[in-house]
Amino acid sequence: MIISLLRIFFAEWRKLRRPTLLLGTLGAVAFFSVLVSSVLFLMIDSPQGNGDRGMRITREMLALPGGATESFSSIGNLLGIIALCVFAAQTAQEYSLGTLRNLLVRQPGRIRILVGKLASMKVFAMIMTLVSAVLSIGISYALAGRQNVNTELWFNGDGRLDIAQTLLNVFISILGFGIIGMVLGIVLRSPISSISLGVLWLLIIENIVGALRSSTLKWLPGNQLGTIATGGSQSVSYSHALTLSAIYVSVALIIATVLFTKRDVSN
Amino acid sequence: MPKLAISVDDLTKKYATGLAVFHAKFEVPVGTICGFVGPNGAGKTTTIRMLLGLISPTGGNGQILGESISSPEKYLSSVGAMIEGPAFYPALSGAENLRVLATLGGFPQERVDQLLKQVGLADRGKSKYKTYSLGMKQRLGIAAALLPNPKLLILDEPTNGLDPEGIQEIRQLLRELADKGTTVFVSSHLLSELEIISEYLVMLRKGEVVFAGPIQELFDQQQPFMIVKTASEQDLQKIITIAQAAGHKAHLRDGAAHIEGPAEWAGTLNKLAFESGILLTQLSPQLPNLEETFFEMTGEQK
Repeated sequence: MIISLLRIFFAEWRKLRRPTLLLGTLGAVAFFSVLVSSVLFLMIDSPQGNGDRGMRITREMLALPGGATESFSSIGNLLGIIALCVFAAQTAQEYSLGTLRNLLVRQPGRIRILVGKLASMKVFAMIMTLVSAVLSIGISYALAGRQNVNTELWFNGDGRLDIAQTLLNVFISILGFGIIGMVLGIVLRSPISSISLGVLWLLIIENIVGALRSSTLKWLPGNQLGTIATGGSQSVSYSHALTLSAIYVSVALIIATVLFTKRDVSN
Repeated sequence: MPKLAISVDDLTKKYATGLAVFHAKFEVPVGTICGFVGPNGAGKTTTIRMLLGLISPTGGNGQILGESISSPEKYLSSVGAMIEGPAFYPALSGAENLRVLATLGGFPQERVDQLLKQVGLADRGKSKYKTYSLGMKQRLGIAAALLPNPKLLILDEPTNGLDPEGIQEIRQLLRELADKGTTVFVSSHLLSELEIISEYLVMLRKGEVVFAGPIQELFDQQQPFMIVKTASEQDLQKIITIAQAAGHKAHLRDGAAHIEGPAEWAGTLNKLAFESGILLTQLSPQLPNLEETFFEMTGEQK
């Protein structure tokens, strides 16, 4: 059982580590990490604000122990969308390319395939998180001195704890987005359809619905996952976001597992 | 060691649109090459999918290498398969694609290079799959099917896209595998190829098995026939009428009369034609072959 799971994990990893996918994804992660961190510090005195949706994050706020991870935590949504696209494409392509039948002939345990693939993609999400953390915190540190932001508290005990917590929160958030992408891939069986629907929902529909009725922000799945990355927000508490996300992701996983194991592979 | 590589009984698959496979029953002995033929939509691929555990039968049962098809995990490690054409990741090289499957199945990675060499892709193993020609893709599919060093090899149209030389190589490869004890279950539209390599045959028509057994048994059931051409087209119908009047089955196909009867009767037919003032331009006695038999049994038009 463990051996076959490891085989599936490494087989999936061979696909995930291909340079075009790994370097392309990490390139996008790096781009957004550098962009968000740079905007946060370089626009610190801008009247338009330097945070999400025009919010102003002052020098004093950035000098707190959580200052090092301010940009990293706010990038969670963007990293989540990247993860959703990668997980959705990797899963749906098995159907669209017809390669799922090859996998199932070599490993007929369908739940095992699903678990092994998910484990491999988890590692991919972990790498994304780490690269983003290193870049975001590194850029923030480099720019802090230039913008007269005090970094004394960033790496003391509280600062290090905050970094660890944010790392975990962003990872959970990215993984949640990724799993939703994987589920979309299984349900829709087409990379384009699953990525389009996922991105449309997260970037357009949730924003419109949230803007029209702010009370829905407590229930929208993308907002819950984004809130986990930031460790909670004014409208949604961290524990609420975590609980609701766990429910959404579990229900999605159950649906995906039933479909994946029971559906005929006929393409 | 089971004597039968494949055994299905009453195997049925029903879709919302209708029956794809209807109470199929056939057996394939170990160590033989078995051709699997039928017109498009006859249910060949559906049957293969059921044998490989990719879809569940609606009814009936089957065994592969002595294990029930309801537990594919018990036999798939000894089965190699290429179904519905080769399917691989376009952004990975041929070798890397095989390594993915070798890792998944727990097969030694050294097999990859051996197999690439065996199917004639040694020099293109590092090229991306998306740059392969159809013939190369087909070869890679066969290499993937051979990864587990299978006791049973199931191939769906393995010679698609191959040039005559490639077809000959695949034929030779299948023969060698069978000689080493591998059972080969191969579906193909190239009936003349199947006739050369197969010892057994399973023939499907509209989801039903119309023949399953040794290929010679099939030919023994068939009548020899002769192909007759005349100087004028009107005379073709006349010669058919003459043959039928003499108690022989005859029909028109591809601009020639196909008349059942032993080769010895050709002289009599020639005489009858002469007496009726018909000039024969061709009179060729034929032994039953798979293509003729296939069209005869499946009711397909050439």
